[in-house]
Amino acid sequence: MNAETGIGASVLRKEDARFITGKGQYTDDISMFGQTHCVFVRSPHARAKINSISTERAMAIDGVIRVFTGDELVADGIGDLPCGWVVNSKDGSPMISPPHPPIATTLVNYVGEPYAFVVAESLQAARDGAEAVEADFEVLEAVIDMATASSSDQIHENAPNNQAYDWELGEKDATDAAFDKADHITTLDITNNRLIPNAIEPRAALGSYDAASGMYTLYTTSQNPHVERVVLALFVNVAPEANLRVISPDVGGGFGSKIFVYAEETAVIWASAKIGRPIKWRADRSESFLSDAHGRDHVTKAELALTSDGEMLGLRVKTIANMGAYLSTFSSSVPTYLYGTLLAGQYKTPAIYVETQAVFTNTAPVDAYRGAGRPEATYVVERIVETAARELNMDPVELRRKNFIPPDAFPYQTPVALEYDTGNYAASMSLALELADSDGYAARKAASEANGKMRGRGYSCYIEACGIAPSQLVISLGAGVGLFESAEVRVDVSGSVTVMTGSHSHGQGHETTFAQLVSDRLGIPFESVNVIHGDTGRSDYGLGTYGSRSIAVGGSAIDKAMDKIIAKGKKIAAHMFETTEDQVEFAEGQFSFAGSNEPKPFAEIAGAAYIPAVYPLDELEPGLSEKAFYDPKNFTYPAGSYVCEVEIDPSTGVSRIEKFVAVDDFGNVINPMIVEGQVHGGLAQGIGQALLEHGIYDADGNLSTGSYMDYTMPRAADLPDFDVDMTSTPCTHNPLGVKGCGEAGAIGSPAAVINAITDALGVKDVPMPATPHTVWETIQQGA
Amino acid sequence: MKVNLTVNGSQHAVDVADNALLSDVLRETLGLTGTHVGCDTSQCGACTVHLNGRSVKSCTVLAGQADGGDVATIEGIANGDDLHPMQVAFRANHALQCGFCTPGMIMSAIDLVESSDAPLNAEQVREGLEGNFCRCTGYHNIVKAVLDAQANM
Repeated sequence: MNAETGIGASVLRKEDARFITGKGQYTDDISMFGQTHCVFVRSPHARAKINSISTERAMAIDGVIRVFTGDELVADGIGDLPCGWVVNSKDGSPMISPPHPPIATTLVNYVGEPYAFVVAESLQAARDGAEAVEADFEVLEAVIDMATASSSDQIHENAPNNQAYDWELGEKDATDAAFDKADHITTLDITNNRLIPNAIEPRAALGSYDAASGMYTLYTTSQNPHVERVVLALFVNVAPEANLRVISPDVGGGFGSKIFVYAEETAVIWASAKIGRPIKWRADRSESFLSDAHGRDHVTKAELALTSDGEMLGLRVKTIANMGAYLSTFSSSVPTYLYGTLLAGQYKTPAIYVETQAVFTNTAPVDAYRGAGRPEATYVVERIVETAARELNMDPVELRRKNFIPPDAFPYQTPVALEYDTGNYAASMSLALELADSDGYAARKAASEANGKMRGRGYSCYIEACGIAPSQLVISLGAGVGLFESAEVRVDVSGSVTVMTGSHSHGQGHETTFAQLVSDRLGIPFESVNVIHGDTGRSDYGLGTYGSRSIAVGGSAIDKAMDKIIAKGKKIAAHMFETTEDQVEFAEGQFSFAGSNEPKPFAEIAGAAYIPAVYPLDELEPGLSEKAFYDPKNFTYPAGSYVCEVEIDPSTGVSRIEKFVAVDDFGNVINPMIVEGQVHGGLAQGIGQALLEHGIYDADGNLSTGSYMDYTMPRAADLPDFDVDMTSTPCTHNPLGVKGCGEAGAIGSPAAVINAITDALGVKDVPMPATPHTVWETIQQGA
Repeated sequence: MKVNLTVNGSQHAVDVADNALLSDVLRETLGLTGTHVGCDTSQCGACTVHLNGRSVKSCTVLAGQADGGDVATIEGIANGDDLHPMQVAFRANHALQCGFCTPGMIMSAIDLVESSDAPLNAEQVREGLEGNFCRCTGYHNIVKAVLDAQANM
């Protein structure tokens, strides 16, 4: 391997060349001949009946081409936006998924829900047209508070008690028995605050229809263009799948919010055929706040049963999850299979029982946001473990160490369905303590106190499950899609390589990481590998990028395709060496045979494959291009130890993070620079959740935090430098030994921050976000 | 209205609506799509360009206000194939991920460094970039990049 560009090297990114020069191509940067512009007309009410919609005034505005309402989509056979994962309630009944027309027809159920859209010659005309659309609403009582949603007015005709499902996992009786024999029970009532994802690139779509060929082309800001295509074709009936090409060009961040199939791109691609011209839409930021799927939003009661010396015996968790007004694309899986299954954390707690009641409210739909269920699970486990240690007067580090699943216990079957393949939690903890200068903490605390400040320290030891799989398991649990990944490795005549992947990069640097994989394995220059993604017209059906799955699933698919390339290369080489393929070795970019001292470089075999002079074509096809679909055998299980140290100014309530140490075990790492960057970004979002960010609706269902003036995004000065390091226990079941790193920071960090703040203040809980006001009030209440 | 602009050294006379924003003219009229629009309240900074040598949020400047002005965008800061030291430092320090905030961040950072009398420290860089959001990097590597570039500017 090449030490500068191979696996494990911090290669600078290929994609940066265009991003630092302004040559990136994001959806809104693309324009088409004859393009029109689109603006959505959105509900000002959280819940209302639509009595009538009047479009005449809008149509009269100069430049307005058409005004569409939901009825026209319905009349044309356009279906509801589906939720792709059916979760069953305790009684075995399937979840209730209310009808979700892309453009509302008879009812609106959250502020910002679109009920019409205007297509015009210019954006200004479309905006003017949207303002002129008039609707007669009968305003209904809105249901906003999830805790009382089940006893409030019924939002959807088919959803009594505003309940989507009432789910459980684990053994209730065994868990109750564990509590019966406990010496100590720690209880915690906590909330996981609603977050608004806020990728800096707003969602956008550019749809066009070519009547001559019957082809639809949709450029859109999607993390998974193939999923977008199959949903629009099969469920929403926009176009036959073969006639629909979905392209996600450069995408400016997603964090989950661009996984889902939304109303806007549905409307744009459908209407482009109606008017016979391309239509472009780009969200204003205020639209993003209202209509991007939000994240988190749980209320939880957790109980932990322990012996008097800190052995964890059982965990009981009851959660209400706010789904918003409709079930978004993968929303149902988030507070269930991505949450309850993670409640064992890093611990050998023998009995766990979790119940999740998913409720509807008149708020924007809630779905996966960076971590998706796993941050919520980690927050529950790591807050209650720390609280238990304090109640038992134990060092929280010692309590954790006592309960860690030991390295020799893997594979380890948890009581909540997962089988962890590998890990060494104590090793990460030891390194984190060393980096955090644990020994110097007492002196730092004394120094803070001498300055009139309060200092606290908190820990968080998270477990994550990435690369959701195997397909047959998740399909048996209700998933409507397989969760494999596709790859095609296409060797050129000269020996350079083009890789087509079903994964998608929206900041993760796949063009670099995947090129490293290929360059390393095939022994060809890094510069000779070109990675293509994000286009259903070019790559095979794949599932895209979310859940930190790309390297573990997409990377493994590429590796599998390379197995086939090397196998075929050996056959060709065998003919050149006049031997049999089992006598041919491949290493360091050379095919060799013990009976010859002239090894054949990879490029020579590539040339021979396409200029097929040396091998019989009735035995071996010409060419060197192979495809693979990789379906994982299990999830991967990244884990880590985080330490946060805060200093609080009691006169202002401002919490300043003085130190943040993150030690993660991602197994093998392809590009440490990129991986560390992923951790930094995750930490920023987790710290943002803990200290700053909160999506708030008022009692009438208006989004109070609907702009950057109100929703507190972390700015540079809000965040500390991060101390990031890694340990490694390679994944045992994928060919690369990799685990995935995209979400770890967001999963592990909120509990570390709040544990530090509650330590500093000497209180049991401070709700997230721990704003200066909240912290100051907490101090006043204790004073 | 007619507006005369020098953009990245080229002169343009453009006919724009009275309410056209500088960001609209750069993106839609001149095709300079490296300048991005990420919000509608002048908070995110993705649209930052230089107007007469100082950084401005181009979504907050009417095209008419820029009449006669000299505008530099992300497309115009390299000297031919020689990238600006800030561009080099952003790549070398992995100070970008999705790349969407990057043009505005680089334009702000250049002005921050150029308009400072003394070398900046990390805290000053963090405060100086408060007008630019990045959702990917946690700013850690952006701060490193700006400090790195400063030494070469």
